[in-house]
Amino acid sequence: MIKVTNLHKHFGRLEVLRGIDCRIAPQEVVVVIGPSGSGKSTFLRCLNLLEEPTAGEVVVDGVCLTDPKTNINEIRQEVGMVFQRFNLFPHKTALENITLAPLRVRRMSRAQAREVAYNLLAKVGLSDKADVYPDQLSGGQQQRVAIARALAMRPKIMLFDEPTSALDPEMVGEVLAVMKDLAREGMTMVVVTHEMGFAREVGDRVLFMDEGKILEEGAPGQIFSRPGNERLQSFLSKIL
Amino acid sequence: MQIAIHSLPVLLLGAGKTLEITALAVSIGCILGLIGGLSRLSKNRLLRFLGTCYVDFFRGTPLLVQIVIVYFGIPQVMRSFQDYLVYAYGITPFFDNIPIFVAAVISCSLNSGAYIAEIFRAGVQSIEKGQTEAARSLGMTNAQAMRYVILPQAFKRVIPPLGNEFIAMMKDTSLLSVIGFEELFRRGQLIVGATYQAFAIYLSVAFIYLVMTLSFSRLVDYLERRLKTGD
Repeated sequence: MIKVTNLHKHFGRLEVLRGIDCRIAPQEVVVVIGPSGSGKSTFLRCLNLLEEPTAGEVVVDGVCLTDPKTNINEIRQEVGMVFQRFNLFPHKTALENITLAPLRVRRMSRAQAREVAYNLLAKVGLSDKADVYPDQLSGGQQQRVAIARALAMRPKIMLFDEPTSALDPEMVGEVLAVMKDLAREGMTMVVVTHEMGFAREVGDRVLFMDEGKILEEGAPGQIFSRPGNERLQSFLSKIL
Repeated sequence: MQIAIHSLPVLLLGAGKTLEITALAVSIGCILGLIGGLSRLSKNRLLRFLGTCYVDFFRGTPLLVQIVIVYFGIPQVMRSFQDYLVYAYGITPFFDNIPIFVAAVISCSLNSGAYIAEIFRAGVQSIEKGQTEAARSLGMTNAQAMRYVILPQAFKRVIPPLGNEFIAMMKDTSLLSVIGFEELFRRGQLIVGATYQAFAIYLSVAFIYLVMTLSFSRLVDYLERRLKTGD
């Protein structure tokens, strides 16, 4: 589903990604962990070209993103993204947030877009919040609307960039629950997170990144109980 | 006092002209400003350059100079060009001068547009980057993200500075008196010329400007408060 080859990203002289190779299979849930500044988010953002890779190749669903001839807007329709800070559109209601892209990008009819949106709001447990503006929703509710907004495009892949890091602790659970449902339904997911419980329970595979490289990867059981790499050991000892 | 009251109707007619020209200039200025502001934010280097030239020229030179260039300067060039056409192709001359009202609208609109371009640019840039990223991540083009996500939010934020621009333009239209456009200040000048009552008349003129600017700024405050909800 996703194939990343020798991915490099520099910000000026700062090397954030220093040669990432990675393959992600359909329906796989890959959790990316690592200390802050390790390049996790940048890596994720390269998967839908919110960051332009400096070198290397990213192939998503058979389309090479790094090829200049690729229409990036088309592939982004297939790759949903959920942000740390939700980034809901504040001038639109929850429902309008969800219907905007299906209406304008997918050219869905208004009735159809609304039906999709209502179904998704039900799925994330917010049926009663359709006509509410984002500033009247709690952080957890906003993030669930944001997930619904991404799902409304019927993406094949979902990218999550620290989706619970900006939430109060008591709201983390409701967002993770939605993500677990998605994983169970077979969505291909790449999740950058500090929620080790989620990684262990839902992840098919865990990637440990530090200083712009993938230092270790494997099944969650293996990563958490028998970490081989020294940096991974010290990282885990600090957060578990 | 007597003279001030007597000249009030004449002055108020001038005030009407002042409002009319200001409203026209700021409205056209909004269109020019949107084009100019978006050009300055464009990825296209030529557009960015043209936008910068426009803004720099009209903000960097006095409105007074711009007015005389439009009213006296440009028609002169056009007449010379017409003379050439008459000489070379034998056309009948048709152009004489730009009507004073048109010159007033053109010069004030161009000037206002340059300031409004900067207002729009700042408004667009004040919207968090995450908004564009969210829109783009859903597959919207840059133009769609601008139209459906960024501009609607930016418009709310530019209302107070646009109100300021309107008030500033209202006062600056007094400069149109140099080309004889009969707005409020020019009317005042004409009355003073006839009556020699400089203090009373100019004080009345100032008072009428004050009433207009204050009521307009109240209106902007009100609009701003109403639009705050849902931001």
